This record gives sequence, C-alpha cells and structure tokens, in this order.
Amino acid sequence: MSQDTKRLSLILLFAPFALWIVLLILLPHIGMVVLSLREKVAPRVYEFGFGNYVDFMNEPIYWNTLMRTGSMSLLVTVLALLIGFPVAYYIAKIAGKRSRGALFLMCLIPLWVSDLIRAFGWILLLRETGVVSSLLVWSGMTDEGIEFLYNDVTVVVGLVYTVILFMIVPLVSTLDGMGDDMIEAGYNLGGNSLTVLRRIIIPYAMPGIVAGCIVVFMLTSGSYLTPILLGGKNSSWFTEQIYDQFITRFNWESGAAFGILLLAFTSLVVWLGLRLSGQSLANTVART
Amino acid sequence: MARANTNKALMFGYRAYVAAFFVFLAAPLLAAGTFAFNDSLFPALPWQGFTLDWFFNDTEPKLGMFHDRRLLRGLYYSFVIAMMVSVLSVAVGTTNSFLFIRREFPFKNALYILMIVPLVIPGVILGISILVLASNVANSVYDRFEIEIDLLRPGIFLVVLGQFSFITTITTLVISARLRKFDSSLEEAALNLGAGRARVLRTITLPFLRPAMIAAGIVAFLVSFENFNTTLFLVGSESPLTITMYDRMAKVGSTPVLNAVSFFLMVGSGLLALISVAIQRPHPSE
Repeated sequence: MSQDTKRLSLILLFAPFALWIVLLILLPHIGMVVLSLREKVAPRVYEFGFGNYVDFMNEPIYWNTLMRTGSMSLLVTVLALLIGFPVAYYIAKIAGKRSRGALFLMCLIPLWVSDLIRAFGWILLLRETGVVSSLLVWSGMTDEGIEFLYNDVTVVVGLVYTVILFMIVPLVSTLDGMGDDMIEAGYNLGGNSLTVLRRIIIPYAMPGIVAGCIVVFMLTSGSYLTPILLGGKNSSWFTEQIYDQFITRFNWESGAAFGILLLAFTSLVVWLGLRLSGQSLANTVART
Repeated sequence: MARANTNKALMFGYRAYVAAFFVFLAAPLLAAGTFAFNDSLFPALPWQGFTLDWFFNDTEPKLGMFHDRRLLRGLYYSFVIAMMVSVLSVAVGTTNSFLFIRREFPFKNALYILMIVPLVIPGVILGISILVLASNVANSVYDRFEIEIDLLRPGIFLVVLGQFSFITTITTLVISARLRKFDSSLEEAALNLGAGRARVLRTITLPFLRPAMIAAGIVAFLVSFENFNTTLFLVGSESPLTITMYDRMAKVGSTPVLNAVSFFLMVGSGLLALISVAIQRPHPSE
C-alpha cells in the first residue's frame, strides 16, 4: 500500500470515530458546561456566572440528595461485590464444565430484561397487595398486608438486583483466567482458605473487581427508574432532581449545573477508586 | 484439588447460597411474567385461573396487548429505533475496531479511553447533554434564518443519536475482541495470491468478523430496546415501548396487560440473547 492510500484509509477510519465522539460526547458536554454557567437575570437575558452552582451550595436539599445518592451508590456497590463475588467464584472455579455455561447464561438473561420490567416485578412482589405480603397473611404470620415498598432498604435491594450482573460478568471473566494450580500452590505452601483468598485470588481478580465496581457505581448513581419506582416520589435520588429541573421546572441552566455536578462527583469517585486500587480504565472496563 | 480442603458442610452451605442467589434473580421476572396469565383485573394473588386474555382479548376492561393501539405503537417505535441504532452502531463499531486494532496514530491510548468513556457516563447525562446541544443549534438556526429544524427537536432522530452515543462503545468492544484474534497471515496469503485490498477485506476479513458483527448488532438492538434513562429526555411524541409502559404504570397503575408485555419482551430478548451466544460460539471447523 502506498503512503498516500494508507493515509487516506486512516483518515476514513478516523472520521466516524471523530464525528461520534466530538458531536455526541464532547460538544454536548461542553455545551452543558456553558449552559450551566449562564445566569438568568431577566427573561431571555443571561449573564455569565456561577449562580447555578451557588444555588446548589445554598440549598441543603440538593446537596443532601447528591450525598445521599453517592453514599447509597457506594453501599450498593459494596453489597453487589460481597454478594456477587462468591457467585462469580462458584461459576468460574467450582461448577462443572457443563453447568458453568448454563449458570453464566442464567446470570445474563436478566441483563436483557429492561430495568422497567425488573422494577415492575419487584413492585408486584413487595407492595401491600403483593405476593410476599399475601403469602405472609395466608400463612398467618401477619393479620394485615405489609407494605414493603417505598423505603430505603427496598431501594437498595432493587438497585443491587439491577446492577449485580455487571459485577458478576467481569468477575467471572477474570477468575476464569486464573489457573487452579495457583490456588493449589497457595495451599501447598501452607496457606489456609482465608490467606489464599486474600493473597492470591483477590489480587488476581483485582481488574475484574475494579471494572465491576466502576460500572456498578456509575449505573447506580445514574439510575432513575429503580429508585423512583421502588422508593416512591420522595426517594430523593439525584437524577430525579435533574429531571425535575429540566422537565418540570424547565430550568435548563440549573439542570445542566446539576448534571455537571453528578458527572464530576461520580468521576471523582471512580478516579479515587482507580487510584486506590492501582488500576487504569483501559485495563479494567475495556477488557470486559 | 483445592476444593478437597473445604469440608462438606461448608460446601453445602455454599451451594445453597448460590441457589438462593438464582432464586433472587428469577423471582421478580417470574412475578412479572406469571401474572400475565392470571384471569384477574389486577396483577396480584389470589390466582383466578389461567387466561390468554391479556394477550388476545379485544374488549375493555381486559384489553389484550395485541389489541392495545398505544402499546403496539410503542412496540413499533422501539423496533424502528433499535434497528437504526444497531445498524449505525455496528457500522461505526467496525470502523472503530479497524482503527484501534490495526492502525497506529498519535494519542492512540488517550483516544481509546475516550472511546470507552460513553459507557460510564450516566445515561441521564448523555440524554440531557444531547438535548441541550440539539436545542441550542436548532434555536440559533431559527433565530438567524427563521428555519425550524424538526430533526433537532425531541423525537426519534434524537433518541437514536442518544442511544447510539453509548451503544457504539459496546459494539466496538465486541467487534474488536474478535478482530484481535484474526490471524493476519490469512490476509497476507490472499494478497500474495494477487487479490486486491478491497477483495481481501470482502472475502476474508469481513466474513471472519461476521459472527461478532451480528452478535454486536443483537446486543445493540436489545440495549436500545430496553433503554429508558437516555431516551426519557430525548423522546418526542413517538414514545417507544419502555416510555409508554412507564407512563401507563405511573398514570393508570399496573394492570396485567403490562405483565403480558413484560412476558413478550422477556421471551423475545431471551431468544435474541441465545442466538447471539450461539453465533459467537466457535465453529468446530475453526
């Protein structure tokens, strides 16, 4: 291939990528930053300023909602890791060859079901007239139906449910690559199960753990349906505030500021996570 | 064997835990699917007997999903959107794969990370940022030329762009995983035998990539079909199915027709997912 055609084909391959990233990712986000720095001083009159961010700081409700979203997302991430790791380990290392594939597929099937349907399923199970409550009444354990919806525990359970597959899939694929001989060697050298887990399995699985945690944290903090449907109107999730500013109040400037804050906050958490675990975005998320 | 060291009781507990986990995974899906067949006006116990009315009945109050105009329209829009998104994202995903696997260029690593980023941006943010940009462009064009660009107002086109913006990362990752496995000596052999570049691409490289491209297309289709967060902000009057269902849930409350739709979608996406797995499985001849 001559130098010229090589250049030309590189440009042709680069063009769709550049159009996609610039038009749909970079420019929209720059536009959002610009919009968030506009203050409305009169109808259709705007000035440059940090007013929208100052408003955010001065209003404890907004601030608290962001913190609540962040801390609950962290809780969901930790729970998803603790609940998901044993399952992933079972699928990758303990299950027989045949059942392994089947179990992995079973893990994936809910992945292809919309958030909406999953939340709908939980509502049918947990509401006052729902399956769990009816069964409790029927078995005589309670006299009246119990409302399990609209509280934080249910929101956390629902969120763990929605995101746990994104934890299990990268964990299975990293654990899959670990040879049994490594674990055996650990035992042969006199380690007990806990030492082997801590010194061999977890360090090996680290890229998978970090990848799972990043995706789960981002999905949770950016989720909208599950907190609203399971937590009710007052679930105080930050995405709900963004929706409220944009659609209900039609205050795009402050909605954009909220969006930037959510993005900055979650990126900060992910960056800290990568820093603390010594991993990079390319060798974690990109691998799965 | 490592597992010989763990004692039996512990192993039993472990298996029970894994089994319980799968029950947890299946429970809400079973609930959502099963009540589609309950002969009752509410998706709740007690069980009133088996019926297919929520699929096929054509009169109120038990209007089945295949006679419910708004749900059918939602299904249609979802299908159109998902088709467009999967074609576009597979096309760009393929060129991206060639770009990142085959070529060297400045700032490749940084650009690769930029390629991953859309996957970790919350869907809500992607939705509003695209909405803001499109509206700004449409507004300034209108202010200056008095031309209204409908395409840039909330509607199917923006929904497609919004979903495309992050689904392309998924298709790129799927397709480049396969391209990385390609043995380039096959291409060289064909070139040595006198085939042109275009012909090699058409007869050797693309057929090799085809399973990954089809699988990526199916994944893109499913992710687009079930997307809610990004779509919510970009949707115009043509609501796709998830938005229609959500409206129904919020305004009318849940009726078993939503269970029927859920069942339909679960079976449909389950089948598609199985197809995509089967396609990607290596052939015995390879």
